[in-house]
Formats: sequence, C-alpha cells, structure tokens
Amino acid sequence: MIVTQRAAQATDPLSVPSNAPEHCPGTESEQAGKADACNGCANQEICASNTPKGPDPALPFIRARMASVKRKLLVLSGKGGVGKSTFTAQLGWAFAADDSTQTGVMDVDISGPSIPTILGIAAEQVHSSAQGWSPVYVQDNLGVMSVGFMLPSSKDAVMWRGPKKNGLIAQFLKDVDWGELDYLVIDTPPGTSDEHLSVVQYLKESGIDGAILITTPQEVALQDVRREFDFCRKVGVKVLGLVENMSGFVCPSCKGESQIFKPSTGGAERLAKELSIPLLGKVPLDPRIGKSADYGVSFLDEYPESPASIAYIDIIEKIREALGDA
Amino acid sequence: MAIQETPVARRLKTVKHVVIVLSGKGGVGKSSVSAQLALSLHASSPNVRVGILDVDLTGPSIPRMLGLDGHGVHQSSDGWVPVYADAKSGGEPRLACMSVGFLLKNRGDSVVWRGPKKNAMIRQFLSDVRWGELDYLVIDTPPGTSDEHLSLMEHLAPVQSKLSAVIVTTPQAVALLDAMKCLSFTRAVSLPVLGLVENMSGYVCPCCGEVSNVFSTGGGEEMARREKLTFLGSMPVDTELVTLLDAAESDRKNGGDDDNAASAEAEARSFELLQRYQATSSAKLFSTITAEVTRAVAAGMAKESGGEPPESG
Repeated sequence: MIVTQRAAQATDPLSVPSNAPEHCPGTESEQAGKADACNGCANQEICASNTPKGPDPALPFIRARMASVKRKLLVLSGKGGVGKSTFTAQLGWAFAADDSTQTGVMDVDISGPSIPTILGIAAEQVHSSAQGWSPVYVQDNLGVMSVGFMLPSSKDAVMWRGPKKNGLIAQFLKDVDWGELDYLVIDTPPGTSDEHLSVVQYLKESGIDGAILITTPQEVALQDVRREFDFCRKVGVKVLGLVENMSGFVCPSCKGESQIFKPSTGGAERLAKELSIPLLGKVPLDPRIGKSADYGVSFLDEYPESPASIAYIDIIEKIREALGDA
Repeated sequence: MAIQETPVARRLKTVKHVVIVLSGKGGVGKSSVSAQLALSLHASSPNVRVGILDVDLTGPSIPRMLGLDGHGVHQSSDGWVPVYADAKSGGEPRLACMSVGFLLKNRGDSVVWRGPKKNAMIRQFLSDVRWGELDYLVIDTPPGTSDEHLSLMEHLAPVQSKLSAVIVTTPQAVALLDAMKCLSFTRAVSLPVLGLVENMSGYVCPCCGEVSNVFSTGGGEEMARREKLTFLGSMPVDTELVTLLDAAESDRKNGGDDDNAASAEAEARSFELLQRYQATSSAKLFSTITAEVTRAVAAGMAKESGGEPPESG
C-alpha cells in the first residue's frame, strides 16, 4: 500500500529545550519524560518526576537587563537575501537620527553576520567592563552587538550547532551593557529555527513589541514569508507588518521601471491581504542601497531624495505609529 | 579505504557524484543554481540520471522552482519514493527530487525545528530515499554554516570521496564576506570546491538594453582569483528565468490549496519546464558552468584514486 508521508507537527515548539533529543514531546506535554524519545535524554528524570520545572537560569538576568529597554523589535523573513540586515540598519539609523533616542541593534545571525559591515564598523572589537560587554557604538546613541565583532578574522566561519548559538544569544541579551534603550532592533538569520526560537523564548517574559516581516515580490520568497508568519502565530509574536523590498527597478539611464523579481502571484500586497497584516510599504531596488551597505554608510543620509529613501522613511513612520510612539 | 556500512553509505552506493551547492549568504541563488545545475545536467545527455535534494528545511524552495508544489512523497517497501520532475516525459524518469516541502500539509506551514530534529530529517533524506542509480546528486543547502551543513558532512563522511562543492555568491561585498566564511567551512571539513559561481551579476534593462550592476559586479571573479578557486562563470539577472522558476504561469485562482488540481497542473508544468528552461538565455550560459562542473567532477575522481582531494588550502 502506498502511504503519503507527512511530518509530525504536534509539539509546541517553545516548550522543547535546546538540548532535547530529536523527538522530544516538549516539557509541557503529558508525555514528558515518558515518551520513547526521552530514553537517554539528560533531562528525562526532571521531566518524568513532575516536580515544577525550573526556568532557564539565564531568564532572570535577561529580564533584569531588558527592563531598561522600552521597545524590542524583531526583523524577520523566511528567506535569505531579501534585505533584513539592510532594513535593520536603516531602521537603526532612522531611530537614532533623533539625538534623544537611544537605539540598539542586535545581530543574531551567527553564521553570517552582515550588520557590522552595513553599519561601517566591521573592524571594531567588543570590550568588556564591570557592567558586561560594551556594545560597539556607531554614534553616541546607536549601539551594536554582533558575533562579527568577536571573530579573529572576517574570513572565519562560525560552525556552531544550535545549543552553542543559543548560548551566545542568551549572552547577548544578559551580558551586554545596553544601558537605557528606547529601541532594540534584532536582526535575525533566514529561516525558523534555533536562533528564532531562542530569541523568542528568552524575551518571552520581557515581551517583544512586534515583528517586521521582509519579503521580495516573487512567489518563492512569499512562500517562505508565509512560513515565518506561521511561526509568529505559533510562538505568539505580534506582526507589525510586511515590507516589500526589491520592488521594481528603475534603470539609471532610461528611467524606465522594470520588475526584476516579478510579483507573479500578487506580491506582498496580496499576501498582506491574505494574512490580514498591514503592508508597511514597498522599497524599490536601487543599486545604491547595496553600494551604501558595502561601504557602511547610511543610505538615508547619502541619498535622502531617492524614492527608496522616501519609502524607507514612510515605512519607519508607520512602524512608529504601530508602536504608538509617533 | 573500506567504506563503512552506515545506512547512508549503503543507500548512496548507487550514486556516483554528490555536488553540494553552498553559499554563506541567503538569497544569492543557491536554489536557482541547484535547479539549473540539475536541469542542465539532465539535458546534457539523454541518459544521465540526476537527483536533487533540498536540505533547506525551514525554507524549501526547490519544489516551487521545479514546478512540483503540491506533490506528496510516497512510501514504498524500499524507502521514500522521490518526486520525479520529468514523470510526464514518457521515457524513464531521471530527474528525482526530494524536499521537506513535499512533506508539509500546507504551503504556509512553518517547520520550527531545532538542530537535533533537523539532523534527523537530513539523515532520513540521505538514508531512506530510494534514489536508485544516479550519476549526480545535487544538494541544495540553507544559508550559513550551521546544523544542516555539519549534519550533512557528518552523514556523508563515509562517501567523502564522492563529494564536491560549488559556492554561489553575488558580487557585493556583504555577500563575498559570507562566501569567504563558507570557503573556510569547506576547508575545515576538507570538502573539495569545484568552483565559484557569481550570480546576479548585472541586469539588462528591458527597455533600453543598458546593463546596470544592481548588486555590483566582478567581486566573485576577484575572490576566485585571490583564493585560487576555479571561476565557473557569472550569471546575469535574468527576469525570464526568475519568472520561469517562480512558475508565474500557474494560475492560482483559489489559492492553489486544492491538492489534486494543484498537483495535476504542476505535473504538466514541470515537464514543460525542462523545455522552457532550454529556451532561456541563462540556459546557454549555464551549460558552460555545467560542462566545467562535469569535467571537474570527473577529474576530481581521477585524482581521488591517486590520493588527496584537489584542495588548494
């Protein structure tokens, strides 16, 4: 007989500890400690004994550290290379444009940190003080933390499995001396895996104010964004809205607009409607955005008149509104 | 060296070469290069057999690109049956495809898995899929150098001599930085690199023909020279190809969730895909890359029997 194989999806992803075996039923489950998969797990006895399970020891420290952070934002996208880091950087710069606003940018893309390059601080190092690790400052009110600052050379690959990545993310949240922050913008790697679960888990108590989903117009990207939205729903993170990046390209010589990544299935507009989330805006593809990112300068400051800058500023304004900070 | 008999080794005995498509950065076109490599290898000879395995578990794009959205995987006594992209071509199917996308109920379902579970899935893909005789198995990977990559290398260790990698990058500095990390990874796990592909190098304006370097240009070639890698070629942004792989022609009137209709439609389309791909301008450019890959793989095998893999560390 032919049987169609389906992936089992019953457990609550948030209740599976990072060092659990492959088929962990989740610590909150009835089956905790009793399922077949639990045999050999280091935590089996704790789960089976039904005693109240202690939270992660890092949690109180994270809560204490995050108490001085007003707004915590996630920048997400299922797909890679759609402009998460570029958008995060623009958002950071835009928030920090107001001298009285303290902004932090945290890059949890452990195996491909781009934030240091985009913000033009790739050569910096992290210093530790009595208060913890000091973020690297782009300007007085814009602090940044990324694994990129900790590598001996930019060529070095970080080949880590999940638990080690989670450990570093916990450290970023509890050991970094962020100080008083108005905004903490968190840039994530593509996908819905360890890094995403860990950030959400660690910030559950402190609360995440919302997530911004980034996409490009073609269906291949929208598919992945649908998955990311599903992830947000599963873990209970509010989605502030969707941004369509690389939306149309204006030829610098003839000014004719063409679609490099065609919105074959209606693009972000249709997806936003389908998922009933706001479409925050569309940013056209401008080669100067990529250039600015390579040189580590702020696109908004360099080309304030360009259509892309206007789109960015409009989107950022909408995000402020959605947060109630406008 | 005696090959250890792990289930993966046993299963991959009938596979001649494994080509892993890597890139440190996301969205540079790993999946589209993998898909093109598979299509182009498939077209290179009337009896070459190609498999394509998508280990991007949280963002599988291969099903969409090969027009196989909506298919399910069937179980047989000899393991999972891959989905054949050329099932409708009449002859013996020889383009096998496997992805986590085939295992999801809905297109929008997310796979929220941590490392150990991803590791198990990859092991299953390698040991439980009934690939049959294959000349090439192309493996599409997620961005980064993390769980999926380490698991892949770990499980493929018994067939190390069949492995080689192709690195994909785009020309801008941010992507090259990640490509360098990826290269360090291949060196750390002693995976021979066949060469580097520079993707999205230049875009031809459809109205005036002006070439703009949307993501700059030449960076990949420069990196290949610096790191003494073979430069396999650069691919411009080809909207025709983007549209083709995005399957724009599929008319999804009701969201496309109707399983039967979607898969029947998809089957008809995927067979067409092979022919339509041949008509794109990218296909011609890519065929030189494929020729280079085939040549390097064959040369690598020859060298392999003599000793060390061709590594310019």
